[in-house]
Amino acid sequence: MKKGYFGQWGGAFIPEVLYETFAGLNHAYEEARADASFWREYTRLMANYSCRPTPLTYAENLSKHFGGARIYIKREDLNHTGAHKLNNVMGQGLLVRRMGKKRVIAETGAGQHGVATATMAARFGLACTIYMGEEDVARQRPNVFWMEKLGATVVPVTDGSRTLKDAINAAFRDWVASMDDTHYVLGTVCGPHPFPEMVAWFQSIIGKEANGQIREQHGRLPARVYACVGGGSNAMGIFQGFLDEPGVELIGVEAGGKGLETGEHASRMVGDLASPGVAQGYKTMFLQDRDGQMLHTHSIAAGLDYVGVSPILADLGEKGRVRFEAATDREVIRALEMTMRTEGIIPALESSHAFVQAFKEAPDLAADEAVIINMSGRGDKDIFTIAHAFDDSSWKEFIIGLAAEYRSSYK
Amino acid sequence: MKLAADIKKRRQDKPVLLMTHLVLGYPSLDVNREVIRQMAENGVDCIELQIPFSEPMADGPVILQANQKALAAGLRVADCFAFAAGVIAEFPRINFLFMTYYNIVFRYGEKAFIRRAAEIGIRGFIVPDLPPEEGETYLQLSQQSGLAPIMFFTPTSSDERMRYVAGRGGGFVYCVARRGVTGQHTVMDANLENYLARCRRATDLPLALGFGISSRQDVAMLEGRADMAVIGTATIRLVDDRGPEAVGPFIAGLLGA
Ligand SMILES: Cc1ncc(COP(=O)(O)O)c(C=O)c1O
Repeated sequence: MKKGYFGQWGGAFIPEVLYETFAGLNHAYEEARADASFWREYTRLMANYSCRPTPLTYAENLSKHFGGARIYIKREDLNHTGAHKLNNVMGQGLLVRRMGKKRVIAETGAGQHGVATATMAARFGLACTIYMGEEDVARQRPNVFWMEKLGATVVPVTDGSRTLKDAINAAFRDWVASMDDTHYVLGTVCGPHPFPEMVAWFQSIIGKEANGQIREQHGRLPARVYACVGGGSNAMGIFQGFLDEPGVELIGVEAGGKGLETGEHASRMVGDLASPGVAQGYKTMFLQDRDGQMLHTHSIAAGLDYVGVSPILADLGEKGRVRFEAATDREVIRALEMTMRTEGIIPALESSHAFVQAFKEAPDLAADEAVIINMSGRGDKDIFTIAHAFDDSSWKEFIIGLAAEYRSSYK
Repeated sequence: MKLAADIKKRRQDKPVLLMTHLVLGYPSLDVNREVIRQMAENGVDCIELQIPFSEPMADGPVILQANQKALAAGLRVADCFAFAAGVIAEFPRINFLFMTYYNIVFRYGEKAFIRRAAEIGIRGFIVPDLPPEEGETYLQLSQQSGLAPIMFFTPTSSDERMRYVAGRGGGFVYCVARRGVTGQHTVMDANLENYLARCRRATDLPLALGFGISSRQDVAMLEGRADMAVIGTATIRLVDDRGPEAVGPFIAGLLGA
């Protein structure tokens, strides 16, 4: 099979000006992958800097509540910067050091990948520019604040739908001019080869840990593993720990938005809105019209609001190895509320999609079976979004009061 | 006559040819037609008709916005084919090429797209996000239909890469003058001259040089160094600022007429 392809999906649809850059990146990646000391350096860094291995928490209360399978939660929220995104970013950071580049750029949707990249750049002494859709800048202001405080320049992208895909285009436009000293830290398992494969490799640390942890705590493998799917990096991360175990069912949960029937969602692998296409450097299922123009997408979770999906997941879905489901915005809020109240754990809106599906299915499983939910990130950093989603009146009063205070002292 | 042969023949009478570009549907197909008339009447040899795409990754802000506005106004790929058929019939002296991103071709169906383009008299394709490694079917079908798949040279291309790429293309080679996206100005300096000399050694196909060319001086500097100057963003800006009537005098000025 052609390099960079997963079944019929993937590839490297790059402009000619990036040919040598990708040749260099492929070389650095393949060398690192063949070098066992690189992975050791990576896991040491993640242990020392980022609380790895992250725990696998037995959710006793939720398990009791649903009365079926034992529910375990893989705690990527406890990774430094609050999500799985840092795994990929630190790995690419080590590669950047090997390649000798001085500057990194990245796209961000929720802001989570942007914060992680800005963190890595600060730690490794690299210049950093983050592209973020204008709509996301407005939705995720606290993350913008942190990126700037960490020393990154945040560029709001005003083109197109002003969300993640537009930020990716903007990052590519920077890269085609700056590639001599700049590396593009793509944030998910999408884009041209080697990004899907390389990001999946860094994220596989989640699955490797989880496989050992569930055997230790539960004595055997889980029946099912749930993960939310935006681009697909946290899902690929945990799934890789169980891909070779045919008895473990893998379930990817996409953004069902306002409901699949409304068209206001970001579900590529369920529903009938997506079709095969080639954009942003790779071939996958895209939410697009008949001509191939990308559609507007919607999700309560900015990190899932994306037109494409990992070519690796498109292939695993097509082959039936991964089952895809969708969770609506409303279901997500309910699952989030329940998880907070019952376990004292606050999942990100993105991660809450995985919780929705696990909650639907756990009651039907036997009590001696286990399921793992990949909690890709924490929700408390999304306080503005979540408070807004809950339509919380005391929060609103607080903001109104604070705004009045700022206004009175603002000339 | 095949595109490469036509370009070589035209070059016997002119020191440098001109290729211009426009985004279909921006600001409207009617204005596009008037702009093409002005170009044709003032000595343009080739015109790139860009079929808009929602994710034009290799384009700078001016062309990007033109793509978005054309789509927002409801332009469909079928409209682009119908329009192209009309102007090809109306301006037979011009070589028309389709410029677009690969998804547009892919969604239409490579075979159907190329067949339809050949039927209406399109001479070649420029698809910046389709490297030869990914375009085997497209390259084969284009060559079979007598259409030129235009390849790119860039300042980052090695000599070996240039030879490989040129061997897969036809018509002419689009030499990108510098790193970056469309719409920024380039100056002729020793680096650019070296680069063009490298391009020349790598292929027998005619060379077109693009990105940011906007004045008579820019075009004159290409004489003897490249076969064709590519004018992209400059005419879009001109039409925005001064309307389609300004295009004719601008083109005539570029050629020193
Ligand atoms: C917490 C969290 N989970 C999930 C995602 C979705 O990305 P992916 O599907 O690549 O894991 C994001 C993206 O920003 C995120 O911040």
